[in-house]
Formats: sequence, structure tokens, C-alpha cells
Amino acid sequence: MPERKIRVMVAKPGLDGHDRGARILARCFRDAGFEVVYTGCHQTPEQIAAAAIQEDVDLIGLSCLSGAHRVLFPKVVELLREKDAADITVIGGGIIPEQDFSMLYDAGIKAIFTPGASLDSIVEWIKTNIKPD
Amino acid sequence: MDSTIKKICEGDVRTASRLIRDIEDKRPDANTKIKKLYAHTGKSFIIGITGAPGAGKSTLTDALITEFRKLNKTVGVLAVDPTSPFSGGAILGDRIRMQRHAEDSGVFVRSLATRGALGGLSQAAGNAIHVMEAMGKDIIIVETVGIGQQEIDIINHAHSVVVVLVPGMGDEIQTMKAGLMEIADIFVINKANRAGAGQLQTELSTMLNLSPQTADGWKPPIVAVGDAFEPATFSENTAELAQTIEEHHLYLKQSGKLTERMHRKAMTEIKDALSSCLMEPLLHSLITSGELEKLSEKIKNRKSDPYTAAEEITEKFFQKRRGK
Repeated sequence: MPERKIRVMVAKPGLDGHDRGARILARCFRDAGFEVVYTGCHQTPEQIAAAAIQEDVDLIGLSCLSGAHRVLFPKVVELLREKDAADITVIGGGIIPEQDFSMLYDAGIKAIFTPGASLDSIVEWIKTNIKPD
Repeated sequence: MDSTIKKICEGDVRTASRLIRDIEDKRPDANTKIKKLYAHTGKSFIIGITGAPGAGKSTLTDALITEFRKLNKTVGVLAVDPTSPFSGGAILGDRIRMQRHAEDSGVFVRSLATRGALGGLSQAAGNAIHVMEAMGKDIIIVETVGIGQQEIDIINHAHSVVVVLVPGMGDEIQTMKAGLMEIADIFVINKANRAGAGQLQTELSTMLNLSPQTADGWKPPIVAVGDAFEPATFSENTAELAQTIEEHHLYLKQSGKLTERMHRKAMTEIKDALSSCLMEPLLHSLITSGELEKLSEKIKNRKSDPYTAAEEITEKFFQKRRGK
């Protein structure tokens, strides 16, 4: 039986139009052999959660550079739980101060990548942790 | 009823999307599920949107969703984007244009990667349409990958085909060519406020006046749509497009052409199913048993030829079948 293709979504929640990083990641995921859904800027957590379910992705990568990650990231996880889709892994990246890490992990964010993280390390994390059944 | 089938017929997005995934990933039980689902399909109106990359297919699809929702119709969208021949990955970016509908429970947008298919769709597209039909979507819009002249599989799946053109892509000869220019039920000249749109309109009209299609009662109309950055004209134009699509649907029903198209669709589906029941397992067993390797070696050294090899393979295959 052929292996499942990994499907990921790259999403930018909130009022943050800086998506250079998100686009580079999307491209890099493509080159890693993933199918990448990109939803563009200015998304509400509700839009992101709904799209992730419609697309049956294994993982959502949230990017936020505006400082609103403490509210927006946990909200996405919460909405997925409400919609019986807690199995979709959520990771985050952007300008995220270290003191916020534990709060985000507690909220269900599985990994956080900040400026300086190599593309390879992010792909590696996904390949190690995401095994669609 | 099977619980998966029941959930899909009740419109459950999670289950539907997972079955589409199973179809894409060629899970063994996906065909079994399609068999059970099939009786619940065939009631939706299927619209194909095709044209070159960047012509505006996704933006038009988004506008059409808005128009059909105004009429209280539920909409399913399958948006196809290309798979990399090198990494096998894909950027599925069509839904960026449609995200304002993400929270509308009457709209289900699912992106598909071509995964090597060359006809403008993916191999899973036909069955993915069935899943959305079983969900009870009134209208299903299938957006092909950005295509060139000849990737026209969409005609085997859609009832109405909309070909999206933009000005500045070549001279009159381009409109005379076979393939894409023949399959349109409706033409859209998108970004029609740009230079060259008038000329394109003239060339298209000339081409259509020569077309034998006019004889059977439907002459593909040309709908000009202005730039999406000018929302007032754009929404007026896209409303006209939705109206034209409805008119074509009505024409199909009244003229009996709808039955003809459904017949064509059924033939395609049998061919696809044959390939999935016959060719794929056959090739798979040839590869895993190492026989393909051996035969290739023989052919390479001119000890055999491809036709003899194919005959031997089919002979063996059917013998095994008869023996069962």
C-alpha cells in the first residue's frame, strides 16, 4: 500500500500582513514532498480551523509576527477540539518571546520555531512527528 | 447503512474530506466506499472552470460561490493545483481567493494536487465529485489546474464548461486551434478592462460564427468580466456569468444534452474504474514480483519485444483469473 502523502496548511492568523516567511515555508514544504495548503493573510482562527478540516490536513503551521500569538494560537487549537479535530497538530512560528513558550505549549501548540530556526529543522520535525494513518 | 456513508450523506465535512483523502492515497477500501456511495450521487450540477495559469479561475470561482449562495444553493468546490514532478509536493493556493466562504456551512472547498495526472485534473477528481454529490451539494465547481491547449479531461466530468481567457495571449490563430477552444460552453474574457480585450472578443465571435456548434442550438456566449479590483463592475459581470451558467444548465436539460453528457461521463468512469481494477493491480504485481524488471531486460537485449511481452502478461493474468 502506498504511503500517505503528508498534507499541511500554512496559515497567518490576525492582522498581520507579513507573509514572506510563511511563503518561504510553504515553498520549502512543497520541496519536502508535502501537499501544502496556503490560505493567505488576515485569517480568523475560525477560518483557519474550518479550512483545515475541509482540507483534511495533518498539521497547521501558524505564523504570527504581530504579537497576538498568545490569543490567536490557542484559539485555533480550541476550535479544532470543539470540532472534533484535535488530532490535527498545530505548530507555530514568528516573533515569539521565550517567556510565552510554556503558555503556548500548555495550550496545545506542539512546537514553536522562531527566527533563526533552519528550514531543515522544521521539515525534520514534521517528518518525525507527523505520521498520517 | 455504513456509518461513513451515512455521515457523508448527512453532510459531515470531516468524514467526506477523509474519504477524498483515501481516494487520493489509493487506500484499498476507498473503492468499496465509493460503491456504496454511488447510489446517492448524480444529482448535483457540475461546473468546470478552466483556463491558463493566472487567468483568474479561483477569483471567478469565489465570485460564483457568492452568486449561488445568494440563491440559497449549497456549493462544493474542488480546486486542482499541480504536483511537483521532482519532490511530489504541491502548493495548493486556490483557496486563498475563497477563504471568505470558509465559515459558511453551505460551502465546502477541497484542494487536490494533480499527482501526476496530465489532463488538468487529478485521478481522484471523479470520485471526489461523487463524495460532494453524496453530501447533497446543489452545485459543484471543479477548478482545473492552469492549463494550456489540450488538458481537457474536465469535459468528461462537468456538465457545463467555462473557459477563462485573458487578453494578450496571442493572435487570432490561437482561437482557431483545436482542443481548449472547442470545449467551452461559455467563454469568459477575464480582466476585460485591459488592452486587447475588444480584439479578443472580435476574434472569438468570428471563430464561433464558423463553429458547427451553433447548429444544435447552443452558441457559446462570451461573458466579459472586468478586473476584480473594481468591485462594482466585477460583481455585476460575475452575476451575469452565474446567470449564463444557469441558462446553459436549463438548455442542457431541455435539449436532452444533459443525458448525453451524463452518458459520456459514465463511459469515462468505467474506463477509470477498469484502469484502477485491472491496470494498477497488474502493474503493481509485475513490479513487486520483479517480472517487469526481467521483461525489460529481455526487451532491452532484443530477446523479446513490448507486444510479445504484453501478450504474455495478459495471457497469464486472465489464466490466473479463470483458475480462480
